[in-house]
Amino acid sequence: MSEEKKPKRRDFLFTASYALGAVGVGAAVWPLVDQMNPDQSVKALASTEVDVSSLEPGKSITVLWRGKPVFIRRRTQEEIAEARSVDLKDLPHPEKDEDRAKNPEWLVMLGVCTHLGCVPLGDKGEYNGWFCPCHGSHYDTSGRIRKGPAPTNLEIPKYEFVNTNIIKIG
Amino acid sequence: MSDHNYVPSSKLGKWFNDRLPLLTLSAHLREYPTPKNLNYWWTFGGILTFCLIAQIVTGIVLGMHYVAHADLAFDSVEHIMRDVNYGWLIRYVHANGASMFFLAVYIHIFRSLYYGSYKSPREVIWILGMIIYVLMMATAFMGYVLPWGQMSFWGATVITNLFSAIPLIGESITNWLWGGYAVDNPTLTRFFSLHYLFPFLILGLVILHIWALHVPGNNNPIGIDLKKPSKDTVPFHPYIVIKDIFALLLFLIVFAFFVFYSPNILGHSDNYIEANPMVTPAHIVPEWYLLPFYAILRSVPDKLLGVVAMFASIFILVILPWLDTSKVRSAIFRPLFRQFYWILVLDVLILGYMGAMPAEGTYLLIARIATAYYFIHFLIILPVLSSKEKTLPIPLSITEPILGGAPKPEMVKKDKLH
Repeated sequence: MSEEKKPKRRDFLFTASYALGAVGVGAAVWPLVDQMNPDQSVKALASTEVDVSSLEPGKSITVLWRGKPVFIRRRTQEEIAEARSVDLKDLPHPEKDEDRAKNPEWLVMLGVCTHLGCVPLGDKGEYNGWFCPCHGSHYDTSGRIRKGPAPTNLEIPKYEFVNTNIIKIG
Repeated sequence: MSDHNYVPSSKLGKWFNDRLPLLTLSAHLREYPTPKNLNYWWTFGGILTFCLIAQIVTGIVLGMHYVAHADLAFDSVEHIMRDVNYGWLIRYVHANGASMFFLAVYIHIFRSLYYGSYKSPREVIWILGMIIYVLMMATAFMGYVLPWGQMSFWGATVITNLFSAIPLIGESITNWLWGGYAVDNPTLTRFFSLHYLFPFLILGLVILHIWALHVPGNNNPIGIDLKKPSKDTVPFHPYIVIKDIFALLLFLIVFAFFVFYSPNILGHSDNYIEANPMVTPAHIVPEWYLLPFYAILRSVPDKLLGVVAMFASIFILVILPWLDTSKVRSAIFRPLFRQFYWILVLDVLILGYMGAMPAEGTYLLIARIATAYYFIHFLIILPVLSSKEKTLPIPLSITEPILGGAPKPEMVKKDKLH
């Protein structure tokens, strides 16, 4: 061996071969990893339409969207007032009720606790909203986290009113 | 492994053994020199091997009748219970077998902790054991999901949501694990596939675990190095074989009690309700063998830190050989360590109990103290004891305390001479 190691033609060939081999293995492994992601049939069920004409103020329904429960609540005036009067400084995850419910009477959100995914119970908890029985997260009348281990507010899915009676989720 | 000059007696045996030395391996396993003072806490390795084989055999049979589909899984399990010949027996053995497997593995782990079996030169045996333990937990968790009852579904939801705590990529990872936007049929089918695979990975690791054991040989209750073979050892067969079988029979009495007299006491009645993604059961409780970790998860008020603490509580065991560096292995000669050992046992039992209770009020406070103590034990008490503790003099051989006589310097390492 010489004292000074100079890269030779052979070293270049080895490095190039290893690199190409690594790319090849990566390309072969990727389909095996990606097959576990949501497939086309799951993605195809991306939207659901719900008729809410029979819902009275103060009542909620739960519908299934993408395998997850979605709460649709027709809020009472007291609930709206309560949600809008909260100081944003008191919220762990500050969000205005106006941004969460564009039409204040209707609150549409995922019924999935942002802690570990349980379904919170309605009309419960210390803030008259929802309470998650699994690990004790309390949500207010806007579905915002107020107390407990959940890090964020209940998620608002993409939705729109197709007409006054029909909500399209997704 | 010790050297072998084994020569099969028959010509055919010799012919075969020259080509594949299986008979040499078998001779090694029979002659393997074992400390003569091994107590019954050392029989759980054999019991665990039995548990693994029993789970694989009953699992393969159940796989012949089970249907891995969200609409059919629950009914197919009831079909096994009611229609399949002896299906109830095979399923109860499999379901309770998981609990028995964990019972045995916890005794096996705590035996190692007491007698210092994780210390040099057995660190690799210990780490392989910890990998097996983690794979066991993953396998048991996925197996519990397969009946597709309420606890299956919501247990799967809570555990897979642990990964959503990872910053930035958490949601992508959970969607990847689920194959959708919630636990659903794609989750069930992949869990079935992996639940079938993992026991064979465990089997491979068990072979490595035993191989690594046979390099230095067994630790023993007084935790000293032995000359092998010597007056301090006995051949594995028949001495240890017969002792292991006797212990296994006693263990099977406990096993049979659960299978035949209270097959559902270790499960949760909510799992006899079919999975319903719209309703979460009032109290989600994991299986008993995961409760201490569940208590640690819930005792930290922050989502990400709770998950980190839970995984850290397992990882800390992996690095145990480098946290406890005392040269003396066995707790018999470590008076302070022995006391802290029993406090740790109590602490883990308390954590287990708190994991089953609702996370509020006094329960939560106790769980938090117990969680803190768990980490203090491994990160502070053990390293401090390693340097400060005054250990008792250790005997030079197993027979020395009984037979007396002068120490035989060739039987011990230099640093063990007082």
